Amino acid sequence: MSKLVRMDQSGHTTLAEWTAGDPASVEAAVQAFREQLDLGYFGMVSTGEGHAEQVKELPVDAPLVILRLPISGG
Amino acid sequence: MAAEPTVLPEVATVYWRPRADGDRLDRRGRLWMFATAAHIVPFVLTAALLSALSWAAIPVALLCLAHAYVIPALYAQRGANVVKPKPKRTNAAAERTALGLLGDLVGHDARELHAQTGLVIERGKLGTWLVGEAGALLVRGRKVWCFCVRVNDPDLPGADRIAHLLLALRTDEQGFATVANLAFAGAPFRVRARMGAPMRLALDRAAKTQR
Repeated sequence: MSKLVRMDQSGHTTLAEWTAGDPASVEAAVQAFREQLDLGYFGMVSTGEGHAEQVKELPVDAPLVILRLPISGG
Repeated sequence: MAAEPTVLPEVATVYWRPRADGDRLDRRGRLWMFATAAHIVPFVLTAALLSALSWAAIPVALLCLAHAYVIPALYAQRGANVVKPKPKRTNAAAERTALGLLGDLVGHDARELHAQTGLVIERGKLGTWLVGEAGALLVRGRKVWCFCVRVNDPDLPGADRIAHLLLALRTDEQGFATVANLAFAGAPFRVRARMGAPMRLALDRAAKTQR
């Protein structure tokens, strides 16, 4: 079961869960992912120890997709 | 997987900055060293000269020495402040939830160090990073670079703020160093002296990785 989580004021919120073999759950996750991108979040997936990548489409085969907000110099 | 090339999107917001790399960081580190010397040397020389000229000038000479000490100390304090813990604005449950996610992102040692110090250690190509809630330290060779960088939501739990910075750092280390504002660069002992005791442990651990 893959998860789409958003880091927010509650710690994090699971927005969608899907399995690659369930098109309906994938479609719902893709929809939730796009909505969050429209709100200004960035989709991130871990790609091994110490590495992460930004994704603009939901990677259906990723176990965990994290949504983060932009950062800036303080 | 629809992965993008690893360029931090936030870099576009600071398009006028040259992309940070090892050489640029080292150059900026040397500039900080010269700036520190420029604050110290003239005032120390003036103090020596005044003392040699007249006993009556000694109070002014002491003021010069104080100036030579205080200005670099203030810069080092600014560097240490980037990882100073922020007042908590979220409830304990949110902090725990955020800590769980952060814990999933890092290894056992980093998790343990975070529990002790509030900082997450991360080895990168530029050096060893210590990521806090609103800033990060980069230990590279015998110097430390203190960066102010944060996620633009002050109501996030502390662990979530660290996770935001950590993911950005892991996506594009050079981009991260480009987006972040450099608050100080210099010898680690200058920052260490102005950090809370638990955080010194993290700085020592990061410095050890660079020996």
